[in-house]
Amino acid sequence: MKLHEFQAKELLAQHGVPVPTGKVAYAPEEAERIAKEFGKRVVIKAQVHVGGRGKAGGVKLAQPDEAREVAGKILGMDIKGLTVKKVLVAEAVDIAKEYYAGLIIDRSTQRVVLMVSKEGGVDIEEVARTNPQAIVKFPVDPHKGLRHFEARDVVKRAGLEGNINRLANVIVQLYNTFVGVDASLAEINPLVVTDQGDIIAADAKIDLDDNALFRHPDLAKLREIEAEHPLEIEASNYGFAYVKLDGDVGVIGNGAGLVMYTLDLVNRAGGKPANFLDIGGGAKAEVVYNAVKLVAKDPDVKGIFINIFGGITRADEVAKGVIQALEEGVVKVPVVMRVAGTAEEEAKSLLEGKPIYLYPNSLEAAKAIVTMVGGAK
Amino acid sequence: MSILINKETRVLVQGITGREGRFHTEQMQAYGTKVVAGVTPGKGGRDALGVPVYDTVKEAVADHEVDASIIFVPAAAAADAALEAAYAGVQLVVLITEGIPTLDMVAAVKEIKDLGVRLIGGNCPGLISAEEAKLGIMPGHVFKKGRVGLISRSGTLTYEAAAALSESGLGTTTTVGIGGDPIIGTTFKDLLPLFKDDPDTDAVVVIGEIGGSDEEEAAAWIKENMEKPVVGFIGGRSAPKGKRMGHAGAIIMGDVGTPESKLKAFAEANIPVADTIDEIVELVRKQLK
Repeated sequence: MKLHEFQAKELLAQHGVPVPTGKVAYAPEEAERIAKEFGKRVVIKAQVHVGGRGKAGGVKLAQPDEAREVAGKILGMDIKGLTVKKVLVAEAVDIAKEYYAGLIIDRSTQRVVLMVSKEGGVDIEEVARTNPQAIVKFPVDPHKGLRHFEARDVVKRAGLEGNINRLANVIVQLYNTFVGVDASLAEINPLVVTDQGDIIAADAKIDLDDNALFRHPDLAKLREIEAEHPLEIEASNYGFAYVKLDGDVGVIGNGAGLVMYTLDLVNRAGGKPANFLDIGGGAKAEVVYNAVKLVAKDPDVKGIFINIFGGITRADEVAKGVIQALEEGVVKVPVVMRVAGTAEEEAKSLLEGKPIYLYPNSLEAAKAIVTMVGGAK
Repeated sequence: MSILINKETRVLVQGITGREGRFHTEQMQAYGTKVVAGVTPGKGGRDALGVPVYDTVKEAVADHEVDASIIFVPAAAAADAALEAAYAGVQLVVLITEGIPTLDMVAAVKEIKDLGVRLIGGNCPGLISAEEAKLGIMPGHVFKKGRVGLISRSGTLTYEAAAALSESGLGTTTTVGIGGDPIIGTTFKDLLPLFKDDPDTDAVVVIGEIGGSDEEEAAAWIKENMEKPVVGFIGGRSAPKGKRMGHAGAIIMGDVGTPESKLKAFAEANIPVADTIDEIVELVRKQLK
């Protein structure tokens, strides 16, 4: 789950990281009031769950008397398909140096890895591509945590200039935040050294581990459903793993691997999937019925491909759910099915004479549904 | 022969009295797996499915010889259960549970490895040595004894591949579902040496998917060390960047985890890659000629 910059900064501040004073505004007047309260130059920043806000014009400096106009331009702006509904109004900082400090979960080392770079204020992935030696990495021992001397060593090796103790403090506090909130990513970019020598997190990003949200009910509440696709919200209420995609073939299957493979087959046949939907293991008829109903509701869907390999999931339970959806008339588009595995024969006899197209082989089924939705694109 | 488990393997089930634990214990017993005891804290002293239940793993291993443990406890307690088994001296721990907090796994995987214990999973279907023993949740009937070792990040796709291999007459030796999470106990390259040394395994199929770089690391190991033929498969080749495709680990981040990178690594190691499940069988046949 992604957090907004202002939320990430709040969490960092709770762990001792200095952040610029700031408040959130939902209207231009509110932004002006906040800026006047601060009584000095502010930065007004769009709060949307997407990178590249600056390039899109969603981050602007303003004097207090300009804040209303500047905020008015940013609010309502569309950034990569997301409408800006709130802005962070923060005191502007005098930047002497811009650094990068971040933590990720690294699969190769199976550790939380600290990354520090002198090249801050820019896209770190770009730095990783063009100048990888500018990023110093340190895998943290999960049982010892990040110690101050380790952070000092990384600060030195990365060539950061400024008060080494204070820089190391911020890095240790960033690690403590990461572990404290069960993050999957936490970064301060830029980590600013001001003209006065103060160290401050001018921008921050935190993603939370969805698997650990149960430990953080206060953070789980921050989920913003308006930022997600309505079908993704409905799917999550049913407990489905669902991803909205931009094609027209609805895809349903059991098991993430099989569903991914089914998307690949649709693409191979020249089609474009409209979604990823995994009904999970051991799904009963009702679950399948809900899945079909959900996918059929998507106006982009011109045909549905249901790919089932029965294991713990019984193919006949799947068939019953599909038949119920067909009989209730919730499906107005062609349905292609492929069933194999546990209770395959029972499923086939249930499906006999029903208005679906049954194929023994996944690739053949993919080709068929692509033809039905109007052929390869 | 097989790797890791066979019909002699004595198995402990942690979470045996829960719905999932009970169901899959019955299935494992029906397959021929030697389940010797179960553990559910607070339910010690009872019997479940014909075996005694203990409060702790320590008590269970005091009364029984245990070679492996399989874990069906809820996500919040799963990493702790794996550590409990490892500290009690169980040498093979299979963690089925899905949705375990990642930092729990980061801490547990390191500690379990330091103890010299093999952990498979979490969020995995487990492992099966065809017609011998099953420590997992896969449908046993699709696995026919044969010559191919199978390692996979996916569950259902593994069953598909196993069914195709069984139907073709090639069959499988041991199949290991390593799990779909970012931090897992055992990766492809940890298992390849075991298959290399198993006299009954003539070829290995590696079913990978987008996300991470386990496939690349496996390919590099194969290039240097493996004489037996290997066939690859990559799921999610058409998936968009930055979207999590069901598995927590199946996500392309920046340039890491792309299908292009994995296909390139396989090509460099001369590993043929199947585009469809049916093609896996054809390629294995061709390699074995």
